[in-house]
Amino acid sequence: MASVTYDHVTKKFGEDVIAVNDLDIHVNDKEFLVLVGPSGCGKTTALRLLAGLEDVTEGVISIGDKVVNDIPPKDRDIAMVFQSYALYPHMSVFDNMAFGLKLRKMDKAEIQRRVSEAAEILGIEVLLDRKPRQLSGGQRQRVAVGRAIVREPNVFLLDEPLSNLDAKLRVQTRAEISKLHQDLKTTFIYVTHDQVEAMTMADRIAVMNAGKLQQIDSPQNLYNSPNNKFVAGFIGSPAMNFFEAHVRKSNGSLVVDAETFNVEIPKEKSKAYQKHVDTAVIFGIRPEDIHNPEFAPPGINPQPVEAKVDVVELMGNEIVAHLNSGSKSYVARVDPRSEYKVSAYVQTVFDVGNMHIFNKETEEVVR
Amino acid sequence: MNTEKLRNFLGSVPLHIVIIGFCVIWLIPALGLMVTSFRPVQDANETGWWTAFSEKPGAAEYTQYCGKCHGEDGSEIAEADLGDTEYIESFRRSLQIAATFNREYNGEIHLAEDDRPDDQQLADILAHLRRQTGLDERPQFTITNYEDAIVGYRGTTNYEADCEAGTQSVDLTCDFAQDLTNPRGMALAFRNSLFVAIPATILPLILAAFAAYAFSWMDFKGRIWFFAILVGLQVVPLQMTLVPISRIYFQLGIGGTFLGVWLFHTGFGLPYAIYLIRNFMGSLPRELFESAYLDGASHWTAFLRLALPLSMPALASLAIFQFLWVWNDLLVALIFLTGRNPVMTYQINNLVQSLGGGWHLLTASAFLSMLLPLIVFFAFQRYFVRGLLAGSVKG
Repeated sequence: MASVTYDHVTKKFGEDVIAVNDLDIHVNDKEFLVLVGPSGCGKTTALRLLAGLEDVTEGVISIGDKVVNDIPPKDRDIAMVFQSYALYPHMSVFDNMAFGLKLRKMDKAEIQRRVSEAAEILGIEVLLDRKPRQLSGGQRQRVAVGRAIVREPNVFLLDEPLSNLDAKLRVQTRAEISKLHQDLKTTFIYVTHDQVEAMTMADRIAVMNAGKLQQIDSPQNLYNSPNNKFVAGFIGSPAMNFFEAHVRKSNGSLVVDAETFNVEIPKEKSKAYQKHVDTAVIFGIRPEDIHNPEFAPPGINPQPVEAKVDVVELMGNEIVAHLNSGSKSYVARVDPRSEYKVSAYVQTVFDVGNMHIFNKETEEVVR
Repeated sequence: MNTEKLRNFLGSVPLHIVIIGFCVIWLIPALGLMVTSFRPVQDANETGWWTAFSEKPGAAEYTQYCGKCHGEDGSEIAEADLGDTEYIESFRRSLQIAATFNREYNGEIHLAEDDRPDDQQLADILAHLRRQTGLDERPQFTITNYEDAIVGYRGTTNYEADCEAGTQSVDLTCDFAQDLTNPRGMALAFRNSLFVAIPATILPLILAAFAAYAFSWMDFKGRIWFFAILVGLQVVPLQMTLVPISRIYFQLGIGGTFLGVWLFHTGFGLPYAIYLIRNFMGSLPRELFESAYLDGASHWTAFLRLALPLSMPALASLAIFQFLWVWNDLLVALIFLTGRNPVMTYQINNLVQSLGGGWHLLTASAFLSMLLPLIVFFAFQRYFVRGLLAGSVKG
């Protein structure tokens, strides 16, 4: 049971490559934190720094209130599940799970108890005598998790543990890991590039890009009020639509002018945007906030935009439509009853209640 | 369907013929050596190994030239009974038979001048007669050559015969168990070879495994340079170091000892061994080791429990190479071990010098020295199977 603190941690490879840049995160005890970001953003490096597999260049990492910068991996009381699982190929499943315990000179009966308990939780009791090469991908993944569980560590590190599984198994295992977290009541730090995993499992998500922490917050807050354009674009699928635009005054209210269309900014938001009048900004709106006017839900703040249909992807529960409004293209998730035909001109409405405006230079959100 | 099968079969026939042809060509010399090693000494000296399976010559010539007056069993003419052992024994050389042709029996010359066998036929006839009368009776194949080689017998017949007759040389006691320790025998040389080859294989293997682990998974300054230099050491030719090292050895007093040979083979085996095992260990997945470190493994445990068992295929193949190299080595043994502790190669080399044409002993000794390498190869070959790593990591 322990919290984890990254105190202004920087990791450089050589002189020039900065993998992690001034990372400052406090992970609470028993929290499920997901580090998410595109590949090469430094999220795995951040995890490896905590595991002790890499040395910190600057800053301090502590587990609980103990600074661990100079403590070797084996004494940090953490367990890690690797993306490749890293099972010991020449040992049986039982030995794989018991390896860490044996090295810690644990009593035989206790090892037996812990391994069978973990095997039961994961449903791999019948596999204990097998070698890793005799297991399927999903089974190997469970063994890798089991190997971490038996250690009963203070902190669980998971490095993209689901990326080698097929889609169906991934969804199932996602739920199992969430449940595991509830059962074990331990701090989990989970690295993934998949924002769906991040959204579904995390207590809090830390979004990273190019070695820098972009935003750390609960999934809902990240989704609703992203700090900058990167976070806004990264969280949510399909990604948020962005338009180069101007804010201008029109008839006493504010309007987003994207050249090919104009939308009126609702009153409650106008105040924040006042100082950006007549400057270039980025207007962002999520595909799910764009509706077919026929099926638009009540209580929204609709602004009409006409567009030409480019591509229609029928998903069953919805239609993902790629639309063009003049030179601007955007994606909308509309009601499946909409009869959108390719090349037809259709009406859409933007729910500007959920719109975002970003500073064009800094890409920071305007609030 | 069937025509397709047939066509496939016919298409692969030339390939199979070529492959089988290559194998046969490769195996013929070895087969010749093996056959020779089982032939009695006289046969090995007189005829080629390929005649071992055919009928002995002489019978046809006998019937052609002598059979008409002496009869099939040679006893027609009483005063020259060719079936009589003592009479035949008096013909030491084939010339003596030729001389009898000029004698007159019943008033006529025994064999007309223009109807006489040539020298080769004459020799064949004599050999035939000696076999017939039981003088040269000997089996087609025998294992006495191996016996002789093992105890170091160097006489003109064989160990058993000499011992029976009590004419063995002074270095033989005719107690087989005791003669196994004869310094001229292959049995002692076999023991010495083992005594050289096993430590000279294990030592570099262990040291190389340690070094390979360090070069692969331990961080220290100048690791790459150090490794490069070590690999570069492979270019030092062994022959260049013979004189300086043997001088040092004799100054240290380990010249002619097993320790000296072990050290020499270890030194020259290490660069290549380190290179080979490092490349193998370095290609093991990094996560395996990281996982072990997180599990609480020190470098020592990671080496023993992970790196070593997973590198078995590389270690085994290296062990085979090193063992065969040391086992077949003559130069190093000759110079650093000398005749004080003769190994098999040294002993075989001596056979050539002292006997020249002693093919029967030479071939038998050669086969004795091949025995262990064959066993080693077949015992270790299962380590050559691939896929020992399968299942450790995805992908």
